[in-house]
Amino acid sequence: MTLRYVQGLALVCALLGFSVFFYKQAVLGLPLTEDASRSAWTIEASLRFEARPGPIKAALRVPALTPGFATLSENSVAGGYGYDIGYEDGGRRAQWAVRRASGEQRLYYRVVVYGDPSIEEADTTPPFPDPPNLTEPERTAALELVEEVRQQSADAASLVSALLRRVNDPTPDENVALLFEGRRGGTRRMSMLIDLLAYARVPARSVRGLLLKDEQRNAPIATYLEIHDGVEWLFFDPSSGSQGLPDNFFAWSRGLETLATVQGGSGLELNFAVRRSQLDSLDVATNRAEQRGSLLMTFSLFSLPIQTQAVYSVLLMIPIGALVMVLLRNFVGVQTFGTFMPVLIALAFRETDLLAGVILFTLLTGLGLAIRFLLERLRLLLVPRLTAVLIIVVLLMLSISVIAHQLGLETGLSVALFPMVIIAMTIERMSVIWEERGAQDAMKAGAGSLLVAALAYLVMGIDALEYLFFTFPELLLVILAFVLLCGRYSGYRLSELRRFGVLSRKDS
Amino acid sequence: MLWGHKLKDSGVIGLNERNANYITALNSRRLYPRVDNKRLTKSLAAAAGMAVPELYAVAESQGDVRGLPETLAQHKSFVVKPASGSGGDGILVIDGRYGGNYRLINGELMPESALLHHTSNIVSGQFSLTGQPDIALIEYRVQFDSVFDEISYRGVPDIRIIVYRGYPVMAMVRLPTRQSDGKANLHQGAVGAGVDLATGLTMSASSGNLRVRDHPDTLTPIAGHQVPHWGRILDIAATGYEVSGLGYLGVDIVIDKDLGPLMLEMNARPGLNIQIANDAGLKPRFAVIDAVLKDGAADNEPEARARASVELMQPFSPR
Ligand SMILES: Nc1ncnc2c1ncn2[C@@H]1O[C@H](COP(=O)(O)OP(=O)(O)O)[C@@H](O)[C@H]1O
Ligand SMILES: [Mg+2]
Repeated sequence: MTLRYVQGLALVCALLGFSVFFYKQAVLGLPLTEDASRSAWTIEASLRFEARPGPIKAALRVPALTPGFATLSENSVAGGYGYDIGYEDGGRRAQWAVRRASGEQRLYYRVVVYGDPSIEEADTTPPFPDPPNLTEPERTAALELVEEVRQQSADAASLVSALLRRVNDPTPDENVALLFEGRRGGTRRMSMLIDLLAYARVPARSVRGLLLKDEQRNAPIATYLEIHDGVEWLFFDPSSGSQGLPDNFFAWSRGLETLATVQGGSGLELNFAVRRSQLDSLDVATNRAEQRGSLLMTFSLFSLPIQTQAVYSVLLMIPIGALVMVLLRNFVGVQTFGTFMPVLIALAFRETDLLAGVILFTLLTGLGLAIRFLLERLRLLLVPRLTAVLIIVVLLMLSISVIAHQLGLETGLSVALFPMVIIAMTIERMSVIWEERGAQDAMKAGAGSLLVAALAYLVMGIDALEYLFFTFPELLLVILAFVLLCGRYSGYRLSELRRFGVLSRKDS
Repeated sequence: MLWGHKLKDSGVIGLNERNANYITALNSRRLYPRVDNKRLTKSLAAAAGMAVPELYAVAESQGDVRGLPETLAQHKSFVVKPASGSGGDGILVIDGRYGGNYRLINGELMPESALLHHTSNIVSGQFSLTGQPDIALIEYRVQFDSVFDEISYRGVPDIRIIVYRGYPVMAMVRLPTRQSDGKANLHQGAVGAGVDLATGLTMSASSGNLRVRDHPDTLTPIAGHQVPHWGRILDIAATGYEVSGLGYLGVDIVIDKDLGPLMLEMNARPGLNIQIANDAGLKPRFAVIDAVLKDGAADNEPEARARASVELMQPFSPR
């Protein structure tokens, strides 16, 4: 009956823990291990110009649709300027304004992005473009060229390829020569390409962006032709005619308009700098959770101040230490003092490191125990006796520290970090067991406590675990479920196999 | 069950199983004071007609301690013990007087002032583990029967019986050794000898986790000694259930030369070494009792249960 109940409860806890864990891991993408970090790029656009008298308004096209990349953060550094981001057709625009300024002005727009293949061109299907208004004789040439190209192609993609092949031909035919006279590069050439495709009823636009590389102080802008084949957007390199985008192409903006403009300033220079950094995947996940409006991350430990986080990352390991304790006590049958004493000792070891901790601890308890037996003769009552032991422990700690320092042993100083109450309690319990059940039992329990403490310390010190439980505290529910089940474990302890050994060798 | 299939086959109960399946299920915490407070145990036991060492006096306060000498004057020998002590702590066994002093069983002499001081320490809680103020009991000193002299070293053997849901199911005699310093504590090296529940004859024996044949000090074979008054002992044990209400109970009984078996104390968490002493696991015996109780044939009278047990445990007899 109760067993069923416990099992049910454990199942609920485990399911709850695992499902939150799974959601955070698989859906929000929280990494399982700490170093699962990816590259992030910080792209900084800087506008530089001379201020003229009067109000200044500057604008910069900024990224909106960025296939293959997700934005982590964007911000602007521009002292004294009002800053805001607005939408206009074809993209987003950052705007700065100030009533007056003088001298050289620098405005920065910074965006941090990371590769995320799940982000695709999520754009609406554009309407068929209206035929452009070209004047004769260009209009006739354009129509002829488009008609020829159409003959040679099967669909939008092959049409664009064929067109680009014709346009890029080193010995162009006369239609191409006429149309692209004086438009060998840049915006006007792109504009003509878009016009030609409009005659072919293929929606097209220009996309400008950056090829993200490790460290670029002056990153060049690359321009691609983007066409819609009725299903999706396709990219073409207008000068080579090849289809597709290179890896790490970050689409900055669409359209043919200039990227940056300024009113009330002169000599505008636009410069892009790119820097690669290690991306903490946690930031990505947190960001993603925010985008999805998930409250899980808002209420996560990461929202706490850094200092509090540090406390919690230790606190969260205590249940793990206690779990080690449960396993060793109930499954192996190691004898210890008190229930949580070894876990507390393990916590103390964190301050000293294991070897020094064990030595100091043994030293302190040994000395304390000796003195406790002297006190025993005085036949004191429990509370004053404990207090006396506590005072002596403090005195011992003091002298160990001083002596170790004189000897030049710095670890001796860390003895001060040992929680003296824990030591005093250990001494007291040990001496009680010593008297009631003899020295052997006391030693056994003492060694057992130290063993459990050392193991708990080692397990609690596994960084990966610490990270795991800090990131996914809900896993504690799984531990809880396991401990609940342990609470109903009625099998033998390993030590009992030896204890009752004579009974199992019987062949009946 | 992770390991120990062989052990399981012999029906041995481990600590986990004892705690998880028996103590939590059968022993309500509410009832613990009945066995942990020796004064309460004694009065409940007396009310149930169970034979216990007579209580001479009780010291509940320091004032009571000062009035003690008058009571003590009426008794040649007596025992002073803390009501909530354990492990024999704080127990003084006085077996006579020599001059103005009290004589302890080991021959040591103790002036009255020291005895009173000890008693006042008991009252102020020196021997209770929690440090709570306690009560000192002055009771009849048991004159131990000499039946076990051959197989014990000094000290006082006592009989431990496990009572499951009111039915005695397993028994052993704890025999002091030189190693146990005359104490009947298995932990400290006393020998535990299984007793055939049906006949009261000693059987196999164990020391620590090992099987032994002879007493380590007297070198006499342990098996084959008859525990006297066996029927009454079983009655007392069965009555322990009425007195304590505990479904899984250990009853400690000593045998007085003149008064016969007397219940000394009861235990809500009896140890498991009795299984080693008996060379048998407890579980099959519990199963027999569970089966009987399921048929609704529960006996309300302790004596009836004691007799039923003798029958029910027959299959587990060595012959
Ligand atoms: N009335 C008594 N007469 C003689 N010896 C006693 C008496 N009471 C206790 N003792 C001795 O003290 C030991 C421990 O007593 P017990 O009542 O079992 O207390 P504890 O709970 O401390 O074990 C017994 O095994 C016995 O040797
Ligand atoms: Mg006892």
